[in-house]
Amino acid sequence: MPLLMVIAESLWLRTQQTVYLDLAKRWAKGTAIMFAVGAVSGTVLSFELGLLWPTFMEHAGPVIGMPFSLEGFAFFLEAIFLGIYLYGWQKVSPKKHLFAGVMVLLSGTASGIFVVMANAWMNTPAGFEVVDGKFINIDPWAAMFNPGSFTQTTHMALAAFASVGFAVAGIHAALLLRDPTSLFHKKALKIALFIAVPFSFLMPISGDMSAKHVAHTQPVKLAAMEAHWDTENGAALRIGGWPDEETQTTSWSIDIPYALSILAFGAPDAEVKGLKAFDDDLHPPVAITHLAFQIMVAAGTTMMGIGALIGFLAWRRKKLPTDPWVLKLLVAATPLGLIAVEAGWTVTEVGRQPWVIQGIMRTADAVTPMPHLVVPFTLFTTLYLFLGVVVIYLMRRVVFMSPQREEETQQNEVNHVE
Amino acid sequence: MSNDVILAGIIVVALAVYTLTGGADFGGGVLDALARGPRAQKQRDAIAHAIGPIWEANHVWLILVVVLLFSTFPSAFAAISTALHIPLTVMLVGIVLRGTAFVFRAYDSQAPEVQRRWTRVFSSASIVTPIAIGMSAGAVASGKILWTPELGVTSGFFAGWTTAFAGFVGLFLLAQATLLAAVYLCLETSEELQEDFRVRAIGAAIIVGVTAFGTLFFAKTDAPGIWEGLTAGGSMLVFHAITGVTALGAIGALLKRKYVVARILVAAQVVLVLGGWAMAQYPFIIAPNLTFADAVASPTVTTPILVALAGGSVLLVPAFWYLYRVFKMKTDEQP
Repeated sequence: MPLLMVIAESLWLRTQQTVYLDLAKRWAKGTAIMFAVGAVSGTVLSFELGLLWPTFMEHAGPVIGMPFSLEGFAFFLEAIFLGIYLYGWQKVSPKKHLFAGVMVLLSGTASGIFVVMANAWMNTPAGFEVVDGKFINIDPWAAMFNPGSFTQTTHMALAAFASVGFAVAGIHAALLLRDPTSLFHKKALKIALFIAVPFSFLMPISGDMSAKHVAHTQPVKLAAMEAHWDTENGAALRIGGWPDEETQTTSWSIDIPYALSILAFGAPDAEVKGLKAFDDDLHPPVAITHLAFQIMVAAGTTMMGIGALIGFLAWRRKKLPTDPWVLKLLVAATPLGLIAVEAGWTVTEVGRQPWVIQGIMRTADAVTPMPHLVVPFTLFTTLYLFLGVVVIYLMRRVVFMSPQREEETQQNEVNHVE
Repeated sequence: MSNDVILAGIIVVALAVYTLTGGADFGGGVLDALARGPRAQKQRDAIAHAIGPIWEANHVWLILVVVLLFSTFPSAFAAISTALHIPLTVMLVGIVLRGTAFVFRAYDSQAPEVQRRWTRVFSSASIVTPIAIGMSAGAVASGKILWTPELGVTSGFFAGWTTAFAGFVGLFLLAQATLLAAVYLCLETSEELQEDFRVRAIGAAIIVGVTAFGTLFFAKTDAPGIWEGLTAGGSMLVFHAITGVTALGAIGALLKRKYVVARILVAAQVVLVLGGWAMAQYPFIIAPNLTFADAVASPTVTTPILVALAGGSVLLVPAFWYLYRVFKMKTDEQP
C-alpha cells in the first residue's frame, strides 16, 4: 500500500494531474486503516508471545531479541512518518511529504523483514548452544542472520508486494467494469499492475530458492509439503492428491518423474528423503502441509500466468489492456495473493511441527500453563473477525470507490444529518 | 555500571515516556467520554486533532518495553506474562479496540449514530486499558507473584493484581492519564474550550491525590516490600515531599492558568512517581524472588542490544523531534 501511495504521489508531483493526488490520498487512507489494525496487532503479538509461549520466550527471547528490537525502531519510524504523511499534507513541503511516504515504505518493509528473520530462526536456529536445557553462548547477530533468513525474508517481502498489487488491481478492475470511463480507476489499475506484474515473476524464483533451502535444512517439512512417503532417488514431483496419514500413501496425484529431485537438489537422480525415513512422532500434519503448499504454488503460478499475459498484451498494444475479459480475469485474481500468503504461512508453521524451534524445543513444551486458553482464543478470534469485517467495509467506503460516487454518498449523509 | 542496571534504567525511562505520551492518549479517551455540554463536539474534535498524528508512535514505547523485557530479562518476562495473563489480556483487547475505534471513527460515516457508537468503544476502551495496565504494574510491585527458577510462577493466575493496592494503582494511573491529557489540551486550545479542559484537569489532579493516598494506604498490607522501600529513611521522605510539592504546584499553576508551568510540573510528577516506584522496588524486577541481576541475560546478548538501542536512537530522536515540531510546535509558542 505505501508503495502504491508513494508512486501515485511522485506522479502527481511530476505531472500535476490531480487524479494522481486523489489516488495518493485514497491509498494513504487505506494505509492508515491497515496500519491502525497492524499497530495494535503488533502490540498484541509482542505480548502474546509471552502470554501463550512463556517457556519458548524465556529461552528464545534473548536469542531473537535483536530483530525484535530493531523491528521496534522500524515500527517507531513507520508510525512517526505515517503521522506526518497523513496529517501533514498542509504542514510540510511536497518534497518532505513525499520523503515521509518513502520512509513509511522503507521502515514498513524493514519491520516486516525483521519479524520474518525471527521466524526464520525458528526454522533454522543458529547463534547459540544448548547445555543442560539452557541456551548459552548466545550470539544475537548469528541468530538474526540465520541460514534461513535470506530466503525467507525475500520470499515474504516479494509476496507482500505481489499480493497487494493483485488485490488492488483486482478491486480497481471491478470498479472499472462498472464505471468504464473512469480515469481514476484506469490510473489506479495501471500503477497496481506496474507492481503486481514484475513481482509475480520474482515470486516463483524466490519460491524455488526457498524450497531448495527447506530441502537441505528441513527434509521432513519438504517431504510433508510434497506428501512424499518413501525415500527415493529420482523422486517425482507430486501435484495435487490426498495424503492418507494412516496408510502413509498419497492417492490421486499427478506425478512428474524426477522433477522433485531436480527442483530440490538440482540432479535427476538425487536422493529425496521420504516421511518414512523419520519417526512418526516427528511428522508434521502431512495433509494440511501438502494441501497448503499446493494451494500456495497454484495461486502463485496463476498469478505469474496472468502477469505474463497482461505484460504481453501491454507490450503488444503499447497501452494498458482494459478489455472486459482481462478485467474479469483480474477481478478473479484479487484474493489469490492473499490466499497464497496465508497458505505459505501454514506450510512453514504447520510443516515445522512438532517443533517450535526446529530440532530444539517442541511446541507442546513451550505453551503456557494457563488453563481455559479457549477463552482468549475465542475472544481474539471474534475480535479479529469483527475487525476484518469493519476493515473491508471501510476500505470499500473510503479507498475503493469512484470519486463521484464518494461525493454522492457524502451528500446523502449530510442530508441525512440535517 | 553493569548492563542490568543500565537496561533497568532504560526500561524505566521508556515507561516514563510511555506514560507521558501514550498515557495522555488514554487520558484523551477518558476526556472524550467526559465530553459534556454545549461544546462536547468541539472538545472531541480538539482531542482527536491532538492525538491523531502521534498516538501510533506513542504506543510503540510499550512494545519497546516488552521487547527489551523479553530480550534482556527473559525469565521476568515469562513470569509476568504467566502470572498476569488475565489483566494483560484485558489490556490487549482494550488497546486493539481503542486504536481501531479511533481510526474507524475518522473514516466511517459522519452520521451521528455511527460516530456515537465508535466514540463509545473508543472511550470505554480508553478507561479500561490504563486500569488494566495499572493493576498489572501494581501486581509486579506487590510482591505477591512468587517465582522459582525450577518451577516458574507458583502463585497462580490471580496473585497480586486482585489486591486493593493494585486496584488503586489502576485508578491512580487512570486519573494521572486524564490529568496529563487535560493539561496538554489546555495548551492546544483557547478561550471557553481551554476553560473546559482546565476544570477537568483540576478535577483529575484532585483524584490523582486521593488515589495516591489510597495506593499508599493499601501498600502497607498488600505490598509490604514497596511500603518499606517508600518509607525507608529520611532521603525517601524528602523525595515524597518533592513529589507532593510538584503535585500541589501543578494544581496551583492550573488555578492561576499558568499552563506551561502546569505541564512541566505534571510531567515531573509522573517521572517522580515512576522513579520512586523503581527505587522502592530495586533490586527486584519482580519482588520478592527475582532481581534484575538474576533475571538479566548474558552480556553476549545485552551488549549488542544496547548497541542496537544506541544506533536506533540516532534515527529515532530526530524523527520524533520532527514529528512533534510539525504538529505541536505552534501551540508551544503561545504563552
